[in-house]
Amino acid sequence: MNAQNKFISRAKLADWLKELSSRFEVWAPRKEGEGARSVVVYRPFEAEKGLELDRKPTESAKHTMFPRSETLFNFRRNLVEGAPSLELEEAADPAPRLVFGLLSCDARGFQIFDPVYNGSGTNGQAKDTYYLKRRSSTVLIVKSCSKVLSTCFCNWVGGGPASTEGADVLATEVQDGFLLTPVSERGAAVLDSSLLAATNSDMESAAADSQTKAAAALPAAPDLKESQSALLGKFDNAAFWQAESSKCLSCGACTYLCPTCYCFNISDEAAGYNGVRLRNWDSCMMPLFTMEASGHNPRTPKMGRLKNRVGHKFSYYPSLHGGRIACCGCGRCIKSCPSSVDIRRIVTDAIGFTETVGLKEQNNG
Amino acid sequence: MAIQEQLKKMILDVLPDVDCVIGWGPGPDPLRGSPFFMRKPEDVESFMAGPMAVQNPALFLPEYKGKKVGVVVKGCDSRSVVQLISEDLIKREEVVIIGFPCDGVLDVAKVENALASHGEPGEITAVEFSGGEVKVTLAGNTHSLKFDDVKADKCGRCAVPNAVMSDFFAGIAREASGVKDDYEDLAALEKMSLEERFAFWENEMSRCLRCYACRNACPMCVCRDHCVASSRIPHWISQADSTRDKLMFQVIHAVHLAGRCTGCGECQRVCPVGIPVLLLKRTLSKGVTELFDYAAGMDTESKPPLLTFQVEEATIKERNW
Repeated sequence: MNAQNKFISRAKLADWLKELSSRFEVWAPRKEGEGARSVVVYRPFEAEKGLELDRKPTESAKHTMFPRSETLFNFRRNLVEGAPSLELEEAADPAPRLVFGLLSCDARGFQIFDPVYNGSGTNGQAKDTYYLKRRSSTVLIVKSCSKVLSTCFCNWVGGGPASTEGADVLATEVQDGFLLTPVSERGAAVLDSSLLAATNSDMESAAADSQTKAAAALPAAPDLKESQSALLGKFDNAAFWQAESSKCLSCGACTYLCPTCYCFNISDEAAGYNGVRLRNWDSCMMPLFTMEASGHNPRTPKMGRLKNRVGHKFSYYPSLHGGRIACCGCGRCIKSCPSSVDIRRIVTDAIGFTETVGLKEQNNG
Repeated sequence: MAIQEQLKKMILDVLPDVDCVIGWGPGPDPLRGSPFFMRKPEDVESFMAGPMAVQNPALFLPEYKGKKVGVVVKGCDSRSVVQLISEDLIKREEVVIIGFPCDGVLDVAKVENALASHGEPGEITAVEFSGGEVKVTLAGNTHSLKFDDVKADKCGRCAVPNAVMSDFFAGIAREASGVKDDYEDLAALEKMSLEERFAFWENEMSRCLRCYACRNACPMCVCRDHCVASSRIPHWISQADSTRDKLMFQVIHAVHLAGRCTGCGECQRVCPVGIPVLLLKRTLSKGVTELFDYAAGMDTESKPPLLTFQVEEATIKERNW
């Protein structure tokens, strides 16, 4: 990329996003809910509802690319005597999107989606056109992280606070605004605006400093290369999984806040003869995930569900996708878990680390 | 001996006779604790009670049916244990109850809100409780908060600080504050017109992820894997991502809990997106209190009014108006 870095002041940011709204459906994080119940969520940008770029988003940006509920097609059955028919109506193509202010871990999450949905694992046979249409028409402006929370561990899984993996533009907070670094051609194209200023050397060095500082603030990462075999080795160890899952509620908070959990379910919602085929997020923490048509459920205890979630991310997925761990280390599953289940602890326990880096206060709970 | 130490001793005494003792232990940072399952004597060292005893450990008891387990309870948690016993969802002889006088527990979200201009809970490196104050060290600076300002809402209206029922009790039972629950939290909602109220819920439910943490954190929500939310035949709730369907589930949940809910507030505490779902249950609890003069989880011999039938209800005037 030879394109120039640019600068946008916080004062002009809303105007820039408004300008971009003429070409894109712009999404950005904002605060919702009152007082102590307030959370930060990614929503279609509305200038009057403001932006929240200081507090880390409560939810991931997953739904901007992979909606919680997506219409695959509408159907209508016509019961004309002698000539019954079924009409299918395709869902409209998604409008081009731009997501501003997602975290670097969020953007890396989509990198974990890609091989599952782009057909690379099936020699191009199974391509998910719904996902790919959105993926190819969405621009991601990643905000580099300046603070490290107790639940952050992106550096354990190959990420970093200023990772550009999956980003089209990297926005780093400097002075009273953001230094915008184009990462892809698509990203460079959105930086062509009169609202953006040229950068100066002070900004450039401040941005570099802030990125270095954030990376240095992360506790050292343990080496997880053993996780694939260690988790497989523990597969039949019921005592291990029972201890690790005791406090788990088997709810879907972890899955639905996770930037990398990509499972879905398909269901028909019909009223009379007309209806819609939907694809919805699904969670391996839910009983229906493994329920068979006979009514038999091979995975009833909650320990089996948690084992699947952890095993999939740190063992089964890496074994299918070149060793890449299917976790981006955002830590939302730990931060928002009703019971503080800590996926880092489970993985390091499986590997058998006795002293876990950066997890001083933890226990097996 | 401090209560925490007395509790540890009791847990160690109980441990040989039970599968595990459920209490509280450390979480990912000093502000957040975690339910804690003690199986070995050395586990007990990390046990924490007091303001960090946030979660309701009664939730886990039905999973251990057929085994004997110990559980450490606050007053509110003990009401869940009593309610579970009264509905025959757990057996009295299968649970060893250890109580202590509770002075209230921390509301992590309130601490987060109080210190929002300074940083996030994940940046907190130390939390210290002393004499009605909470000293929180965040990003190198120590902030002093009044415990009363950051304790859970339920603690402000608590009439049951000690376990209703226990086999062992650490310390001396504490007097209840004497504050009557006036359902002040419902006032704003009750003032709204039906249209406004519906709009309020539609707005709140628009954030719902359908993770069902509210359901799974509820000690009285015992359908578990057979919930209406996932029933396909009959197809009670649409899988469409609509706020109305999400609210529909909340209403079913609340109605199912009418007269059974002990107000532990876990449903609301665990919601990752801050939806005030306890308001629905509190609305029904208020109705049950007014109609039947009944409070759930106070007596193992009593039956929730909607799980039984009387020709004449003592508190409902049906005739001779």
